[in-house]
Amino acid sequence: MAVITMREAISQALWEEMERDPKVFILGEEVGVWGGTYAVTKGFLDHFGPERVRDTPISEAAIVGAGVGAALAGMRPVAELMTINFAFVAMDHIVNQAAKLHYMFNGQMKVPLVIRAPGGGGRQLAATHSQTPDAIFAHFPGLKVVAPGTPADAKGLLKAAIRSDDPVLFIENATIYQQRGEVPDGDYTVPIGKSKVQRAGKHVTLVTYSKMVQPSLQAAELLAKENIEVEVVDLRSLRPLDMHPVIESFKKTNRAVIVEEGWESFGVGAEVAARIYQDAFDYVDAPIRRVAQKEVPLPYNRRLEQLALPQMDDIVRAVREVMK
Amino acid sequence: MAKIIEMPKLGFDMAEGTLMNWVKAEGDKVEKGETLAEIETDKATVQVESSESGVVFKHLAAPNATLPVGAPIAVISAPGETVDLDALLGGSTTAEEKEKTEEKAPASPVSEPPVGQTVEPETPAAPGPESGASVKASPLAKALARDRGVNLAAIAGSGPGGRVVKRDVEAALETAKSPAAVSSSAFAPGQDRALPLSKLRAAIGRRMQESKRSIPAFYLTRSIDVRDLVKMRRQMNESREKDAKISLNDFLVRAAALALRQYPNLNASLDGNNILQHGDINIGVAVALEQGLLTVVLRNADRKSVEQIAAESGRLVRAAREGKLRNEDIAGSTFTISNLGMYDIEEFIAIVNPPETAILAVGSALEVPVAVNGSLQVGWRMKATLSADHRVTDGAEAAQFLQALALFLEQPWRLLVA
Amino acid sequence: MRKEDYLDLYRQMVTIRRMEEIASELYQKGEIGGFLHLYIGQEAVSTGILAARQPHDRVITAYRDHGVALNAGIPLKHIMAELLGKSTGVSGGKGGSMHLADTSLNYWGGHAIVGAHLPIAAGLALADLLEKRDSVTICMFGEGATNIGFFHEAVNLAKTWNLPVLWVCENNRYGMGTSPERASAVSPIIRKACGYGMPAFDVDGMDVLAVKDMVAERLREIREGSGPQFLEVFTYRFRGHSMGDPERYRTPEEVKKYVEHGPIERYQRYLVESQTGTPEELQKIEKKVDKELEEAVKFAHESPEPADEALFEHIYVDEVDEIEGADGGATWQ
Repeated sequence: MAVITMREAISQALWEEMERDPKVFILGEEVGVWGGTYAVTKGFLDHFGPERVRDTPISEAAIVGAGVGAALAGMRPVAELMTINFAFVAMDHIVNQAAKLHYMFNGQMKVPLVIRAPGGGGRQLAATHSQTPDAIFAHFPGLKVVAPGTPADAKGLLKAAIRSDDPVLFIENATIYQQRGEVPDGDYTVPIGKSKVQRAGKHVTLVTYSKMVQPSLQAAELLAKENIEVEVVDLRSLRPLDMHPVIESFKKTNRAVIVEEGWESFGVGAEVAARIYQDAFDYVDAPIRRVAQKEVPLPYNRRLEQLALPQMDDIVRAVREVMK
Repeated sequence: MAKIIEMPKLGFDMAEGTLMNWVKAEGDKVEKGETLAEIETDKATVQVESSESGVVFKHLAAPNATLPVGAPIAVISAPGETVDLDALLGGSTTAEEKEKTEEKAPASPVSEPPVGQTVEPETPAAPGPESGASVKASPLAKALARDRGVNLAAIAGSGPGGRVVKRDVEAALETAKSPAAVSSSAFAPGQDRALPLSKLRAAIGRRMQESKRSIPAFYLTRSIDVRDLVKMRRQMNESREKDAKISLNDFLVRAAALALRQYPNLNASLDGNNILQHGDINIGVAVALEQGLLTVVLRNADRKSVEQIAAESGRLVRAAREGKLRNEDIAGSTFTISNLGMYDIEEFIAIVNPPETAILAVGSALEVPVAVNGSLQVGWRMKATLSADHRVTDGAEAAQFLQALALFLEQPWRLLVA
Repeated sequence: MRKEDYLDLYRQMVTIRRMEEIASELYQKGEIGGFLHLYIGQEAVSTGILAARQPHDRVITAYRDHGVALNAGIPLKHIMAELLGKSTGVSGGKGGSMHLADTSLNYWGGHAIVGAHLPIAAGLALADLLEKRDSVTICMFGEGATNIGFFHEAVNLAKTWNLPVLWVCENNRYGMGTSPERASAVSPIIRKACGYGMPAFDVDGMDVLAVKDMVAERLREIREGSGPQFLEVFTYRFRGHSMGDPERYRTPEEVKKYVEHGPIERYQRYLVESQTGTPEELQKIEKKVDKELEEAVKFAHESPEPADEALFEHIYVDEVDEIEGADGGATWQ
C-alpha cells in the first residue's frame, strides 16, 4: 500500500479512468494549460490532448450543462467546478437537469456525469468562497453526493463515480489536498452509498465525513485517554445515505455526536440525528449533539474564521457533554 | 369559588409525597374524580383525583417537588373566574414560595428538593405538565423500564437535570436481583457498588422492621388437600380466555375471606387497649415487582364471587406492574395473603403487615404421595402458614381459622354457595 | 420532393392543429393537468425543421413541444397518453405535456426551464464532435430564452468549441406576455448571434417549405464544418401562452391578422394552386387525421394509470438500496 496525498489520489483516479475508458473526458476552468487550479490535472493535457482535457470559458452553467448533454449522448464527462461556491451559478443544471432527466423521461435518458467541486473554509477567502454547502445538494433525489475524507476513499469513490450511470457530485475539500494516507495498490473502487466505521468504540457514536474525519479521529484518540471509547462512522456518501453502520453503532452506544464543517441548521447532522431518533428512538440515552460551523458567513480575518469553523476541541467537548 | 387542592394523605404513614407529573395542565377542564396528577409516595406512584370540578387555575408545585401532606398543590376555579391567589392561600404559602420568600430560612419544610426543581412556581421544571411524561427519562431508559417492568418513578436519575438514563435503570435492576444473580452478572470481581434505596424499598424495610420489633407473632402450618380444588379450577378455566383464567390464589382470597367472617379476631387491628374488629374484609395480596413488594387490596372479598375476585385481582396486578395504581388499590387491607407457589416454594413464613393481625403464606400445590387407609396414593397438597399477632389472638383460634380455611379449599363447592 | 412528401407535411400540420384543439378540450374537462402550451399557429416551424433533418440529427426543444414530438415520429397515441399521465405515455406519465421525448427517435425532449436545455444541446453536440459523428444538434427555443444567461453561455461555448449545433430561435412575438421590444436589448434576435460571430439567418415561419429549405441548407453547412449557426424563425402563436392566458398584451385584431395568414391555410392554398393536391385529397387526409386522433384519445383513455411502484422507478440507473428513510419507502404505502 502506497502512502499518497488526497490530491494524488484524485489525480490518479482520473488518470486511470481516462486510460481505461476513452469516453471519459474532463471539462472545466483551467483544467488544461494551467493544470488545474489545485493542480489535480497537472500533466493531463500533454498526455490526453485538448480534446479530452477541455479548458472552458468561465461559464459554470455551460460546463455542467454541456456535461449533462455529453453524458446523455453516451460520454462520461468529468466536469470540474473551480470551487463548490460556483456551483450555485450552475445550480439548475446540477439539481434540476442532471438529477431529474432520468426520472422525468421515465428512464430513457441517463446522465453518467461526475461534477468535481472542492469546498470548505479555512483559507481566508471570506464569505463567498469558503462554504461547505454539501447538505443543499444532498437534498435532491436523483443526484448522488459523495464527500470522501481519506485518500483511499477519494480514489475509490471517484472511480466508482466515473463508472456510475448516475450523476455524481464529488465534493472535495481544498484544505486537505495535502493530507496523506494509505491507498490500496491497483485498480479498485469504493461503493457509493456505503458508510464506513473508521474507528471502533463502544461509548459514543461519532458520525462525520470529509474534512472532519481527521479531527474526529484525533478527538477519539484523546478521549480514549479518558476511557471514552468513540466509534467514528465516516458517511463518505451523503446521498444515498447509508445509515446502517450508524444505527448499528448507536444501538450499541446509545449516544451520538455528529460533526460536519457546514452550518448546523438543516444540515447533515440534522438529517442523521432525525434518522437516529426515528429508527433507534428506544436506544436514545442522551440528546444527540451536533458540532458544526457557527451560523455566520465566514469572515476573512484568520482568527475570526477559525473561531467560526468546528475544531477538534469542539468535538471533544461535545462528546464529553453527551457522555454526562 | 376557587378551591385549593392539597397534597393528599394516601397512606397511614405517609408524611410527604413527590409530585411526579401533572396530568391536567393549567387551563385544562377537570371533572371531580378525574385524575389531576400523579404522586409518588413511599409505596407507589398513585393517581390523585380532583376533589373539585372546574378549571385548573394554577399549579402550585412543579414536577419532582416533594411536599408535605396538606400542602397546597393546585387551585381549581370556575371557568373564567379571576382568582386572588394571595387571598385564597392566605398565610399558607406553598412550600416552594416559602423557599423563595424566606431566603434566610436554613431549609425548606420538605426534604432536599430534587435536582431540577425550580423555585419559580409559574415555570415548572421540565418535563412540562403538558408533556404527559411522568418521569424525566431518556427514551432508552423508558424502553428498558417498560420491558423489564421497572417503575421509573422509583429511580433517581443521574443524567443532566436528573434525567433517568440507561445506567440508572440497570442499577435498579441489579438492586432488585438476588445477590447470587448480581454476583454472576454485571459485577467485576472484587468490586462493590453502592446503590441508593428506592422509596419503596425503604418503606418495606421500615414496616417490616416495625413489625418484627413490636409484634409477638406465632406461626402455624398446615397441609391442605387441594385435589378437588385443582380439578374444579381446571374445569372452570376450560372455557375461559387466557386473560380471564382463575388462579388458585383467587380461590384462596375467597376462602380466607369466608373463614375470616367466622373468626373476626383475625380480621382486626390492635388500637391502644382495644381490639378493633373490622366491618369489611379487605384482603391484601402481595405482588412482587422488580423494585419491591406491593400489596393490592381486594375489598369486601367475602361478598364477591371467585370470578369477580379473579377479574379484580387481574386488573390490580396489571396496574401495579404499569405503575398505575390508585390510592384505594393499595390502602385499607385487613388481612394479607402472600403466595409464592408460582416459584415452587413449598412453605414459608411471612411477616405480619401492621396494623393487621395476621398474614397467610401459601406455597405450591403439589402432587405428593399420601397414605390413605394404609396404602400409598398420589394426592394434591398445598401448605399454608399463618403468622398471627399474639396480642390479639392465640394458637387455638388461629388453628380453628386454618381449619375453616381448609374446609373451603378441600370442599370447594362451599366457596360457591357461601 | 414527391407528391406524397408534400401531402405528408400537410398531414403533419393538420394533425398538430387537431391534436392541440383536442388537448385544449381535454384540459378544460380537467383530464390534462399542469400547464398546457399549445402549438397552434406554429405548426409550420417544427414540421419544416424536422422534415429537413437526417435521422442521426438530434432535436431538442423547450416546453411547447407537442408539435416537435409528433414531427419527430412519436405515435399520436403515446403523446395523448402522456398528456393524460398514463403509463403508456411516451414518458410513462412522469413528464407530462412539457416533457415529451423519445431518444430512440433522436428527439431529446421538451424542457421546461427556460433556456436550460441550451447548454445541454451544446453537450450533445460535443459528444458527437468527440466521437466524430456526422450529426447536428438542432436546438429550438423561444425568443424569450435569449435573454437568460444560459443562452449566452451556450452559444459562446458552441462557437468557441466549434460545436455542430443549429440554434433555432422560434420568435412567436411574445415570451409569455412580453414582446422582444420590451425585454431584449436588440431586435431582431439574430443580432445577438452576430455578437457571437455565428452565421445567422432568418426565415418566415408560417411557410413550411421555406423553413424546410432553410434548415436543410444550414444543416448541410454545419455538417461541412461551419460550426454553429443561428436561425431566427418568425412565427406567431394563435392561442394564449398557456391555458388561462388573459391575453391583455395583444388585441384580437392582431391575432386575427395572423390567423388569416395561418401556416396551414397558406400551405393548403399552395397545394391546391400548384395542383399538388386536390381539395378532396386534402379533405381525405383531414378525415384520416380525425379518425387517428379519435383512436389516440380512446387509447389514452383506456390506458392504465402508472402503478404505484413507478413512483420509485428511475430515480437512479444504478441499484441503490440505501435510500429508505429518505425516499419515504416505508411511508408511502
